[in-house]
Amino acid sequence: MTISYYLVLAAILFTIGAVGVLVRRNAIVVFMCIELMLNSVNLTLVTFARSTGTIDGQIMAFFVMVVAAAEVVIGLAIIMSIYRTRRSASVDDANLLKY
Amino acid sequence: MSASLYLVAMIALPAVGAAVVAALPRERSLLAKQVTLGVSLAVLLLAVLATLAFDPGGERFQLTSSISWIPDFGADFALGVDGIALVMLLLIGVLVPLVVGASWHEADAGPRPPRVFFAWLLLLEAMMVGVFAATDVLLFYVFFEAMLVPMYFLIGSFGGPRRQYAAVKFFLYSLVGGLIMLAAVIGLYVVSTSQLGEGTFAFDALRQLDIDPDVQKLLFLGFFIAFAIKAPLVPLHTWLPDSGAEAPIGGAVLLVGVLDKVGTFGFLRYCLPLFPDASRFFAPFVLVLAVVGILYAALLAMGQSDMKRLVSYTSISHFGFIALGIFAFTTEAGTGAVLYMVNHGIATGLLFIVVGMLIARGGSREIGDYGGVARHAPKLAGAFLVAGLASLALPGTNSFVSEFLVLIGAFPERPVFTVLATAGIILAALYILLMYQRTMHGPARGVLLEAVDDAPAGPPPTGGGGATAVAAAPAPARGVLRVRDLDRRELAVVAPLIALIIGLGVYPQPLLDLIEPAVSATMSDVGAASGGTDR
Amino acid sequence: MPAEGLLAASWLLIALPLAGAAVLLLGGRRTDRWGHLLGTATVAAAFVLAVACTVQLAGTDGRSVDVELFTFISAGELDVTAGLLYDPLSAVFVLLITGVGSLIHVYSIGYMAHDPARRRFFAYLNLFVAAMLLLVLGNSYVALYVGWEGVGLASYLLIAFWYTRPAAATAAKKAFIMNRVGDVGLAIAVFIMFAQLGTTSYAGVHAGVATLAGGTVTAIGLLLLLGACGKSGQFPLQAWLPDAMEGPTPVSALIHAATMVTAGVYLIARSAPVYDETPTARTVVLAVGAVTLLIGAIAGCAYDDIKKVLAYSTVSQIGYMFLAVGLGPAGYVAGLAHLLAHGFFKAGLFLGAGSVMHAMDDQVDMRRFGALWKKLPVTFVTFGLGYLALIGFPFLSGYFTKDAIIEAALDRGDTWGWVLGGVAVLGAGLTAFYMTRLMLMTFFGEARWTDGVHPHESPSVMTAPMVVLAVGSVFSGALLVSVFPLSGWLEPVFGEPAEAEHVVAPAVIGLVVTVVMALGVLAAWLFVGRREVPVTAPVRVSPVTRAARNALYVDTINESLFMRPGQWLTRALVWFDNRGVDGAVNGLAAGLGGSSSRLGRAQNGFVRTYALGMLGGAVMVAGALLAVTAG
Repeated sequence: MTISYYLVLAAILFTIGAVGVLVRRNAIVVFMCIELMLNSVNLTLVTFARSTGTIDGQIMAFFVMVVAAAEVVIGLAIIMSIYRTRRSASVDDANLLKY
Repeated sequence: MSASLYLVAMIALPAVGAAVVAALPRERSLLAKQVTLGVSLAVLLLAVLATLAFDPGGERFQLTSSISWIPDFGADFALGVDGIALVMLLLIGVLVPLVVGASWHEADAGPRPPRVFFAWLLLLEAMMVGVFAATDVLLFYVFFEAMLVPMYFLIGSFGGPRRQYAAVKFFLYSLVGGLIMLAAVIGLYVVSTSQLGEGTFAFDALRQLDIDPDVQKLLFLGFFIAFAIKAPLVPLHTWLPDSGAEAPIGGAVLLVGVLDKVGTFGFLRYCLPLFPDASRFFAPFVLVLAVVGILYAALLAMGQSDMKRLVSYTSISHFGFIALGIFAFTTEAGTGAVLYMVNHGIATGLLFIVVGMLIARGGSREIGDYGGVARHAPKLAGAFLVAGLASLALPGTNSFVSEFLVLIGAFPERPVFTVLATAGIILAALYILLMYQRTMHGPARGVLLEAVDDAPAGPPPTGGGGATAVAAAPAPARGVLRVRDLDRRELAVVAPLIALIIGLGVYPQPLLDLIEPAVSATMSDVGAASGGTDR
Repeated sequence: MPAEGLLAASWLLIALPLAGAAVLLLGGRRTDRWGHLLGTATVAAAFVLAVACTVQLAGTDGRSVDVELFTFISAGELDVTAGLLYDPLSAVFVLLITGVGSLIHVYSIGYMAHDPARRRFFAYLNLFVAAMLLLVLGNSYVALYVGWEGVGLASYLLIAFWYTRPAAATAAKKAFIMNRVGDVGLAIAVFIMFAQLGTTSYAGVHAGVATLAGGTVTAIGLLLLLGACGKSGQFPLQAWLPDAMEGPTPVSALIHAATMVTAGVYLIARSAPVYDETPTARTVVLAVGAVTLLIGAIAGCAYDDIKKVLAYSTVSQIGYMFLAVGLGPAGYVAGLAHLLAHGFFKAGLFLGAGSVMHAMDDQVDMRRFGALWKKLPVTFVTFGLGYLALIGFPFLSGYFTKDAIIEAALDRGDTWGWVLGGVAVLGAGLTAFYMTRLMLMTFFGEARWTDGVHPHESPSVMTAPMVVLAVGSVFSGALLVSVFPLSGWLEPVFGEPAEAEHVVAPAVIGLVVTVVMALGVLAAWLFVGRREVPVTAPVRVSPVTRAARNALYVDTINESLFMRPGQWLTRALVWFDNRGVDGAVNGLAAGLGGSSSRLGRAQNGFVRTYALGMLGGAVMVAGALLAVTAG
């Protein structure tokens, strides 16, 4: 079984996520796109773990999931508080942190 | 106390003292001053004891103590002194109590409490002792950089109107030099690793290295630039007039008197013995800088209207003499250069202190704002004159001995440079006497002058009381010069310095006996290598 | 040989006045009441000690004694011992300094009686005596240099004694700085001695000088001459001496006539072994002496300020001494004899001038004097004797000593000898002219006093020293030349006086000089004495007179050659340092600051821009990795 299919799929998912982060304004969507990228990486990790017969990649994928879960908690909380103060979920409205 | 602990105590005592002073409650400022004075006098006592325990004819480094500091890098907390470092410690010991006395009321009026000023002062003393006493290059570097912090705050918090600018300029200049030196220190470590198998920062071990001449040149430049900024050689000097002018008097005395001597000390301690070939290669270049500095800074001093800037420029000129003495590579000139470092600290220290006392009375740093002070404050004028004469190296004052030694020692090796440098003594007479004549001689005038009609019936104003500038100078006949002569505190500060100036001018030999063996060893490091690596 | 007895204590000569100065300066107002007495007592004690030492020296073998005191500077090869050399030459100077010094101290008690700062005056005067004694007693060029600059300091302090007057403060500074120019020469000469011979002591240098290359010796000689010119007010460094008359008159008498300004002559005489080796340098000494002699005499003819006339006379007379010592072995003794005689009569003349000023409310303009001989009889007689001695009236001191110099010059026998002799004779005529003019304007003619001036004779504490000096002016020449010959006393220093072959018989020279002198006196009478003296100086005068009044424009030349360009250079450098050097640094700082704030604009706050940046960075890193692994 070739691993290329899995890798191509992961690349497509990653690209969708990256483009989404860059072009979408809604913070929730951006957030989901980030999750998409993380999961595409997870897919790659698992694929390589499978193909080399080791479990390192799978363990790493678990780490990523845990980090992603923690990120969701903090990220959503931040988005919520921004939404409450600004009445908007657009990332372009949260631009005060600059020069 | 064992003799080897003197140096540790000289660092620890002021450092602890600084912490104590800083922790005192805000309203106990008198206690803070007393503690500071007591600690600095104790350091002076330790310095004297260290000198008594030092044997000029013995080992190069004495009173040594060492504990492992960062074993992974082979860096030790190693202290020890040779004759050169010892006289510098003596200078620190003498100057700091006098600076405390001279700065007694310095910070009283400022927004920050005096205890902060004195805490920084003590911390500075600890760092200065450390930088001269370190025998480990990394430790030296750490003290070299750490020394900036208290000085930065002394200038930035307690200085004149442009203190922020001056403090940042001072800090940046020194930091740039320090970072270049750090690179060279690491380079030295790498060389020692490859030659000795195990890296070290110990000075004595590094001195034994046989470094490739090209590498030497790079490392030399690393150290040299740092030191040339510190002991400002033209054209790296422009931070000093700003810092010297804006620093509080106490800070200025220690800045020019001691801190900057780290540069010339570094030439002698690190540049010459560690990189003898590079030193000889770069010597003509350094000598050009030194002689240009002597004449250029002297001419600039003449053109200054601000007394503190003027004194700062004279110091740049004097640093040229010291560099000339060091890079002439003779024992006489080198000994003279080290003695010059001490004498300059005393003479310029006194000059700064006296100028500060005058400024405290008039509230202005401009020469043109004063005139005819000698008639009303003869003691002040006398102290000013002695300081000035010492600065222009009149025989009978301490500076003469050192300047004479530098010049006569450098002449056989470098006649042209020496003759040019000797012309500098005419310029020295000019800038000192011009300043003295304008402020002290002539009819009474300037900011200290008050019209008779307006003179209050009460006691004459003291301190900065006369600070209000007289916009349209009234006719001298109608004005009266309100200037207080030196009081007891001020006399107690000035008198020891005058005594040292005259005493060391007549009988300098005890100091020379301390200095000469160390310089002679350094010069033979430079000379001895000529047979070894020129093959 | 090492010192014994009193001579071993000869350091007390320096220590006594120095201690006096220290007590007076540190004691403050507490010593006001007796300070002047202490000052005078220390110098008088030094004089007594000097006499005793000299008597002992006369009985010592070789008449030269070394007094080692302590190690002054010792480092590396350099070893300077603080020590004294008491030999006939220094003994002569020590006697002159302490003797004339004591007299002038006594005089000053009266002269400065009403000055509130009299104590300070005596302190400085004592300091001067100490430094001057160190200068002549030191046994090495370094000790001489220390004394040399020490007297410079004392001179500075004393010229600026009335420092509230800007003219006095400026004159003092000028004197110090022009002296420093000379000092640089002296210092470099010392450096050469150390570099070539490894020593700076007289004994070592004089013993080794014969082994040096001719050029080196000439260089040493010329540099020493530069130092001597600075201290002695010789061409081209003479401009400070007339200005120095801003100081109190006793200072002018002691420092700027009798002692300090003759230090240059001492230096050259002391360095005789150096100059013996270098005829070139000696010729320059001769030329300097001859030129200065004429400049001083010409300028002296035109001034109306009594002290300035005397000052230019001093410049001119020291020119005679330089001329004499420049002649080499033939002239040393003649020069020193003239120096001693000059010490007497010029000090006496200055004290007399001080007495006149005292009587005339401190005026110095001779056009406001006149007919004072009746009012000031003692001053007139003593001043008159000094005057006669100075112009070389037969059988007074100046006659013997000046003739000896002219004789020595002519004895050279070559063209140079004739030129120098001619200059010296011409100078004698000019001297007679300006001094007679001074006498006529001050003591004779109509009284042209300003209103409210009531001349009165000075108190005896002032006249007594004048009388002593007048007696010295009359007899010192005859004593030094015939009765108690100086040449014999100085034999251990300069060797046995050679029997000169006279080109012109001494009697003829004496006659010629007397005739020339009489012509000068006659000319002065014709121009000044028989006419009315206007109270303001005439404005429409010949260019020669104008040049003489401006001292041949030396100050103008100095100003336009050194002072103005110096000021311009200073201003230019200050501008360069602030704008150029510091400007480069500040410019660099400003550039860094500007570019960082411009780069900061990239931080625009839009998250997606940052994300794009990250992506771009990641792509670049990945691309770089690929390139490395693939390529």
